[in-house]
Amino acid sequence: MTNLFFLTDFSVIKPDPGLTFWTLLIFLLVWGVLGKLAFKPIQGALRKREQDIQTALDEAKKARDEMSHLKAKNEELLVEAREERSKMLKEAKEMKEAIVNEAKAKAKEEAQRVLSNAKQEIDNLRMAAMVDLQNQSGMLAIQVAEKILQRELKGDPEREAYVKTLVEGIKLN
Amino acid sequence: MGAIGAGIAALGAGIGVGLIGRGALESMARQPEAIGDIRSNMILTAALVEGAALFAIVVGLLQGA
Amino acid sequence: MLNLASFPMYAQDHGTEAASATHEEAHDTAAYDAVSTVMNHIADANEFHIWKGVHLPLPCFLYAPGEGWTFLSSGKFEHGHKAIDGYVLNHGRVNRIADPSFPKGEAHIEGIIHKEETMMSMGKEKKTDVYYAIHEGKEYKLDKPSTLDGGILGGGITSFYDFSITKNVMTMLLAAFLLIFIFVMVAKGYRKNDGKSPSGIQSFFEVFFVFIRDEVARPMIGEKHYERFQPFIMSLFFFILFCNLLGLLPIFPGSANVTGNLAVTLSLAVLAFIVTNINGKKHYWEHIFWMPGIPAWVKLILTPIEILGLFIKPFSLMIRLFANISAGHIIILSLIGLIFLFGKNGESLGGASAGIVVGGLFTAFMNLIELLVAFLQAFIFAILTASYIGAAVEEGHHEEAH
Repeated sequence: MTNLFFLTDFSVIKPDPGLTFWTLLIFLLVWGVLGKLAFKPIQGALRKREQDIQTALDEAKKARDEMSHLKAKNEELLVEAREERSKMLKEAKEMKEAIVNEAKAKAKEEAQRVLSNAKQEIDNLRMAAMVDLQNQSGMLAIQVAEKILQRELKGDPEREAYVKTLVEGIKLN
Repeated sequence: MGAIGAGIAALGAGIGVGLIGRGALESMARQPEAIGDIRSNMILTAALVEGAALFAIVVGLLQGA
Repeated sequence: MLNLASFPMYAQDHGTEAASATHEEAHDTAAYDAVSTVMNHIADANEFHIWKGVHLPLPCFLYAPGEGWTFLSSGKFEHGHKAIDGYVLNHGRVNRIADPSFPKGEAHIEGIIHKEETMMSMGKEKKTDVYYAIHEGKEYKLDKPSTLDGGILGGGITSFYDFSITKNVMTMLLAAFLLIFIFVMVAKGYRKNDGKSPSGIQSFFEVFFVFIRDEVARPMIGEKHYERFQPFIMSLFFFILFCNLLGLLPIFPGSANVTGNLAVTLSLAVLAFIVTNINGKKHYWEHIFWMPGIPAWVKLILTPIEILGLFIKPFSLMIRLFANISAGHIIILSLIGLIFLFGKNGESLGGASAGIVVGGLFTAFMNLIELLVAFLQAFIFAILTASYIGAAVEEGHHEEAH
């Protein structure tokens, strides 16, 4: 039993010089050809791809940073614009109010002026009317007085002449 | 004699590889994050143990010849 | 399902093997020899067995010192029935008749017989298998191809060397071709899809590439040096992986036990050893020959151990891959062999059916495990090589850390 394997030829354990020679030759061929034609270019391509991915990632990161930067800027601008708008609105409102107030004041003033003008007119008219009335009533009184005097003086020519001069004097006024 | 020697060598290698496997499994359970490292080192150590055993087996068989 | 479907093929395959074995080895009983069938299947061969009786002949480059080179196609051997210039095909492998009295050129072989002979080596009796070719009634001893084990493993330098394109070499060539084809396409995909997301085969292999880079090369060798060694680690991983996976295919272009052959793992381990040590920095050599920070008498003990470790590292790489893949092939072939053992070599249909069920289920299960092993062993070979290289190129900086 001990030489089970050696009863029949266990030839694989005996290194054959021919097979050794061919193995070396074929392996060196594989090593040389694949090293030159395959493994070096593949390694190079893989390395290049890794670098490409790295740069792409870096660029993406940069772009993202820039984007967020831009966004922040935008936001800022937006906020500013909003402030500006509200400020403008406020100003407009103020201006409107001011204009309205001014207009109101002006209108009031105008009204006042118109009123006072009217009052003055009325006063003037009343004054005129009063003057007129005075004149009228003066005339009336004179006439009455004249009639009375004429009747009384008809008898007295001297007095009559005197009154006539008086009346003449008044009329001259 | 050679066959018995080969058998004993296989026994020794079996125990050795078993111990390596046990140690590796324990450390993998303890540190799951290092599984990759542990696995390749386990295979390496197992190969070394096995190499010694195969050496013994071949020598045992030759002795029998 | 695939494994179960491929069963009849295996069955036929083994049937022929068993039958031809009985035909050729006249003194053997008709019994199915599970062990030799398995061994024949995991062994390298000079022809590629495709189907029952169908073989793909492979080119043979044979060298015998004194005789010179012989080039021919293994189809000319007619599966062992013809000898050419003293070369004979024995169980799919080219053997040589060194006897000078054997005729040159083509010669008919009546049969090949197997004998067990006891041999004295290193003061011990050893049984070896010897094969004899019969030509015109005379027995001629067959020499196996030379091996580099120096006789320790029952091989050694014989009368000839076999530099043929064997089944394993062909599978390796196929794996190499597939690898180059696929990865050149993947690389083209990167050029085409530059700046775009990966598509098709490119995205499938990118996962493996990135995995080996990020889990093996980069952490093991270190950020500074890993790119220099990455092609080597990747080639190792993918070459071993493709060979393993092709070996798992039960049909024609696969099934060769490539990485389960010591010659293959030896070559890869030697390359790993060379790459590691020619890149060793001062720090690395210092740690081997004169470990700093310990007493002198410990250094005297440690230095030989470290020097030994220098060689044990690639040696363990070699043995680990070889043993794992070989064992996988042996287990699967043995489980399929159950069909013939239970069926009593075709006599018992019920036993064979039981064998198909039992062996089939176990084979399906083992094939899944082998799939895991195919990936795991390629990964382990790569990660260990990377860690050796990492130790060699490491600078002295961790010194200050302690």
